[in-house]
Amino acid sequence: MRDLAHAAIETAKRRGATYADARVMDIRHRDISTKNGEVGTLAEGESLGIGIRVIASGAWGFAATDRMTREGVQACAAEAVAIAKASALAKRADVVLAPEQAFVDTWQNPFLKDPFRIPVERQIDVLLAADREMRKVKGVTVAEGSMSFRRIEQLFVSSIGSDIHQIKMQSGAGIVATSFAGTEIQKRSYPSSFGGQHALEGHELIERLDLAGHAQEIAEECVALHSAIQCPEGTSTIVLEGSQLGLQIHESIGHPIELDRVLGMEANFAGMSFLTIEKLNHLKYGSEIVNVVADARLEHGPGLGTFAYDDEGVPAQCTPIISSGLFTGYLSNRETAASIGLNRSSGTMRTESWSRLPIIRMTNVSLDPGAWKFEDLIADTDDAILMETNRSWSIDDRRYHFQFSTEIGWEIKGGKKTRMIKNPSYSGITTEFWNSCDAICSRDYWTLWGTPNCGKGQPMQTMGTGHGAAPARFRNVKIGVAFSK
Amino acid sequence: MTMAAKKKSASRSDATGAAHISAANLNRIAEKVLKFSEADETEVEIQFSTDALTRFANNTIHQNVAEQSLDISVRAVVDGRTARAATNKQDDDSLRRAVATALSLAHNQPKNPDLLRMLGPQKYQKVSRYFGPTAECSPQDRAKAVTRVCKMAEANKQTAAGIFSCGAVHELLANSRGLRAEHKQTRSEFSVTILEENSSGWAKTNSPDVRTINPDALASSASRKAAQSRNPRELAPGRYTTILEPAAVLDLVGFLFYDFAGTAVEDKRSCFNDRLGKKILGDNISLWDDVYHPLQTGAPFDGEGVPKQRVALVERGVPKNLVYARATAKKMKLKPTGHGFSLPNDYGEAPMNLVFAGGSDSVEQMVSTTERGILVTRLWYIREVDPYEKILTGMTRDGTFLIENGKIAGGIRNFRFNQSVLEMLANVEMLGTAVRSAGEESFEMVVPAMKVGGFHFSEVTKF
Repeated sequence: MRDLAHAAIETAKRRGATYADARVMDIRHRDISTKNGEVGTLAEGESLGIGIRVIASGAWGFAATDRMTREGVQACAAEAVAIAKASALAKRADVVLAPEQAFVDTWQNPFLKDPFRIPVERQIDVLLAADREMRKVKGVTVAEGSMSFRRIEQLFVSSIGSDIHQIKMQSGAGIVATSFAGTEIQKRSYPSSFGGQHALEGHELIERLDLAGHAQEIAEECVALHSAIQCPEGTSTIVLEGSQLGLQIHESIGHPIELDRVLGMEANFAGMSFLTIEKLNHLKYGSEIVNVVADARLEHGPGLGTFAYDDEGVPAQCTPIISSGLFTGYLSNRETAASIGLNRSSGTMRTESWSRLPIIRMTNVSLDPGAWKFEDLIADTDDAILMETNRSWSIDDRRYHFQFSTEIGWEIKGGKKTRMIKNPSYSGITTEFWNSCDAICSRDYWTLWGTPNCGKGQPMQTMGTGHGAAPARFRNVKIGVAFSK
Repeated sequence: MTMAAKKKSASRSDATGAAHISAANLNRIAEKVLKFSEADETEVEIQFSTDALTRFANNTIHQNVAEQSLDISVRAVVDGRTARAATNKQDDDSLRRAVATALSLAHNQPKNPDLLRMLGPQKYQKVSRYFGPTAECSPQDRAKAVTRVCKMAEANKQTAAGIFSCGAVHELLANSRGLRAEHKQTRSEFSVTILEENSSGWAKTNSPDVRTINPDALASSASRKAAQSRNPRELAPGRYTTILEPAAVLDLVGFLFYDFAGTAVEDKRSCFNDRLGKKILGDNISLWDDVYHPLQTGAPFDGEGVPKQRVALVERGVPKNLVYARATAKKMKLKPTGHGFSLPNDYGEAPMNLVFAGGSDSVEQMVSTTERGILVTRLWYIREVDPYEKILTGMTRDGTFLIENGKIAGGIRNFRFNQSVLEMLANVEMLGTAVRSAGEESFEMVVPAMKVGGFHFSEVTKF
């Protein structure tokens, strides 16, 4: 494959490219799902191909093929150059890239158990055991479980001399109980919603999650939600559990700091950002205790945004995004970094497969832990709602106004967790919300959550991102608007 | 063997630069897979796609891509169990490995009591959705159109962003019981956002035939909306008479599609649980699933090869029928409608070719008959808040206007809505002509513009 990748670079250069990179990706996946005691999806797949990106006549071109022969790859490289030359018809200025070194390296994320070597019947049994526990609870109408594994092997070569081989192993699983009663559908998920927890780990993640051990509890909560009190409408203190806070970080910090959005490149689809350039190092994004980093390095944890090099050959970095409340950094690539005068890309170019162009994506965008014990935080709170596990999420196309709802809520009165609350929701303006944060739990409660389904780009690409978070408290937040009449 | 398969194999290149895999080659791969398999039954789905997309922003092309991909997906059945394995490699070893993996996965699971025998040969209604000019649309063709749009924006002191894409897909479904189904289709799309300092406008369309797309007209429309919504004022949230252009209607009603699945009702997670046969929507709401509609696209068969039927889902406000895959239909003692997904899956089926009955009112007539209301171009980031009442939340975007005394009075800051789609479809006051519409939250369908009473905008954002 290395020969083919180098042949692509040579062809592109011969055809007039002033820069070229090629990504060979060999992706293997296994997906398993169960529903009400039966196996639903049971599938494996593999996909091998090459994506070639070039600059010619000062403009970008990209072509991808799964014809992995010398002839196929050379034709693809020639097409990428021809497309770049067509792009130059509507060019305003030549593409300029921030400088980067050449790297020759190989890297693989550590894991203990290769999930593809675990017999599939054992994995099915894990899901069916959790399924049985959920269906033991009267009132559960649908019990579901899912598990997915991906092994991504990729070779990146570029015309500046990089040759980087990386292997990533990713695992994930989750369960959901759904209950219909009267005129209401309620659901509860574990360990988080929309597929559960995902990380750059092996099958050991699945074993640690202990799906069956949590199945009865979420099933009982799901049924109990029908008789819980409705989330009131008004202004309240809220405490967000870690996985919900992870999604809050994703939507109201992770996306607005993408420099391609800021510069208008996503204006037609994903949208733009309120974080215009003059706000860098000036905007008070959050309260003093809010510290956020974008960290792709392995030492941050085995997140879905962890790697050694991004998809344009830039090493993984830790970028301070919010420092003691001040907005201090963007997610950038070589082109956007150069366009705002930064010395170097922050290393966030990522692609979902060989067939897609790398674009700026979140890595692991995480909120630093605070000092609170969770029990102390609750005891310190007079009147609030604790909200757990995302149910719906929405934010405007500049990332100002958001609304989230969660699967379950709990009333906090006089420092104690009391009644269950159904249909909890909250909404607000991004910077007002983060400035209202007055307590964050400690590292003991911090989890690097995986969001496997982040969509961006045209054609659309789905990417996994990581978000470290511990439960945190926010004051004066609007609640209950989702169900207002 | 199909007619296409009998044609002599001939490689050629199209606009994406991709060498085509001929129909004969796809059939050859399918026959090999079936021959290599020792399963009780074997099914193979093959999809060959070529796609190219030119992306522009800040009045220049900033991304320009082309790809070709092949997906060979094998389903094996052994002793009442089934599983699937896929590859994009055509060599014999890879095909044998895909067959062996599907067989091995199938072996290692509990028996499925609902699994049916594969379907034998079927007859399909012909649909013609492949257009040479779309397949041959070159990067230069797209760049020329984009250049015109960017120049127009520059001349108006505006900024353009968007995409122009074209591509083709060739699908083949074959099984060991002799079923052979084949579909070829082209696709093209143009979407444009025109931006000013504090306003924007948007337009989008797609079609199998690129000749029906007029980028200049779409850009002009988006440009007018950006200019008209300049300096937006902030309006208090509340319930307003609201005119939703077709793209906005599409993105809301699209959230209903799975509720019409027999499996969703069986699982009690459809909003039509206990509501089938009851009049819950307005008299003026009728809805079908109809892949054969001239404005629709797609293959005339489903994931198991069942011929797709036209199904009347809602008649004059009454949800009447659902769609069924073969297994769901058997459980419910009904006939399959040709809407099943590829097996194995958890979801059963869904209607993917929705067609709403339209009316005769234009958007201009809707505006002129509105004393005070809101005109919405497009919605964004829509998510379900309540699955049974079908309350959705989301934002307006790229052209939201206040209407006063039958006229557009100017742009307003974007609203968040929390609105039940069922309630909305019970309050439709006027309907436009149903058109093929494209949004960002739902697949394309044929929908009219709607004037809706009491649409619930709950909060307002900063722009």
